[in-house]
Amino acid sequence: MSDPLDGKTFEPVIIGFTCNWCSYRAADMAGMARMKYPPNIRLVRVMCSGRLDPTFIFKAFASGADGVMVTGCHPGDCHYIEQNYKLMRRFILMQRTLEQMGIEPGRLKLTWASAAEGAKFSEEVTNMVEEVRRLGPLNWPSAETMDEWMAKEPSIETEERP
Amino acid sequence: MMTIGKAKLGLYWACSCGGCDIATLNIHEKILEVDAAFEIVFWPVAMDAKVKDVEAMPDGSIDLMLFNGGIRTTENEEMAHLLRRKSKILVAFGSCASEGCIPGLANLSPVSSIFDVSYSATPTTENPQNIRPTITWQAPEGELHLPGLFPVLRTLDQVVPVDYYIPGCPPESEEIAAVIEQVTQVLDGKASLPPKGSTLGAGKSTVCDECKRTKNVKEIHQFVRIQSLERIDPELCLLEQGLPCNGPATRSGCGALCPQVSAQCIGCHGPAEGVIDYGARLMSAFASVIASNDPKEIGQILDGIPDPAGQFYRFNLAKSLLRSGRQAWEGLEEGK
Repeated sequence: MSDPLDGKTFEPVIIGFTCNWCSYRAADMAGMARMKYPPNIRLVRVMCSGRLDPTFIFKAFASGADGVMVTGCHPGDCHYIEQNYKLMRRFILMQRTLEQMGIEPGRLKLTWASAAEGAKFSEEVTNMVEEVRRLGPLNWPSAETMDEWMAKEPSIETEERP
Repeated sequence: MMTIGKAKLGLYWACSCGGCDIATLNIHEKILEVDAAFEIVFWPVAMDAKVKDVEAMPDGSIDLMLFNGGIRTTENEEMAHLLRRKSKILVAFGSCASEGCIPGLANLSPVSSIFDVSYSATPTTENPQNIRPTITWQAPEGELHLPGLFPVLRTLDQVVPVDYYIPGCPPESEEIAAVIEQVTQVLDGKASLPPKGSTLGAGKSTVCDECKRTKNVKEIHQFVRIQSLERIDPELCLLEQGLPCNGPATRSGCGALCPQVSAQCIGCHGPAEGVIDYGARLMSAFASVIASNDPKEIGQILDGIPDPAGQFYRFNLAKSLLRSGRQAWEGLEEGK
């Protein structure tokens, strides 16, 4: 792996999930107002942050994302009353589980943004891209890569007997 | 499927504990039906057999191969390829072969630390010379070879194509008997084989569906270990009592044996039909019923699950989307 601090060449891939009613509109507003944020984030719109099955996040990391940003309406503002609280709870649990698997908490970020907060959205994206850039590439191996490593690596630990 | 004479049956164990073989013998008098319908050609646990005997068999000559255990060593992998070649139907039998099971949890650690624990760290280990296994050893009689360990454990279907799955750690004997029954009917021409990739013997729904406990709208205020409860309500859902019960994501078919006797489901029966990542599904189920909207309090409630990866991926880590911890493979890309 290259030096994580040598961030000049590393462009992280961030998958962003936005909810239809607030955070997607915030992203939309940022676009309409010509606010600038790095193009490293790929947005996926879902109807509600409560719709975010943790499977999506795990799949993103397993498929090569360096970071995942989950966003939703501010607590209390959910279009479906209280589903964003479910995301809040899942987020804490996912972050803890991912950490055990060696994925730093900084690679999964939760942001609330209302439809009027285009500026906040672009700022949060910028911050996250910088943070993940600092952390370096994740490079989670695909099934094929793992098979290649296994073929190359039939056995390790060949320490001599004393 | 037409076979002249008795159909040929094989059973093999790779990286597993042997419980699957015991469960197979636990089908009691049904074993006579197995004997009536099949000629057992290879079963290292129960009868003498040599790998060279299997190598000498024509390809595709074993009609049904029940393979239990994951792929952790080079020997496991060799046998998986050999038995795939020799078998018409290859079944991933039990949790290890299907989803990695407990040995798959070692995917959270690099091999060096697995060896440290096994050969040095545990208090009961006495190894003053720090002797470690090697893959080759020069003995006076010639060079000896041992299988090598792969950096991670893989499931059978991550190594060779698999036709069917039988879940469970171990599979319930009734389920094994049902599968034997199904296959004998196919052999008699009374039934046809289910589509490839199906799970045999078990249900499609969740353990909760089979569990007879009363279930209300769930509101969890704390997660507790079973030892710390003074009394367990015999009627009420265990999750509602704060026990981290894995029923909501686990495949039915076991008859909800554990919850019936007030022990939480630990998920040995694998993911329910259609679940892509068992742990993710379970995280979703647990987190959404926590009765708090305050991040700090949610964190405190979740402190009741001190080992989330072990809780959510106890049987499923090798088959999960991430497959292993980063610790297990970090450094491999440099060709260490």
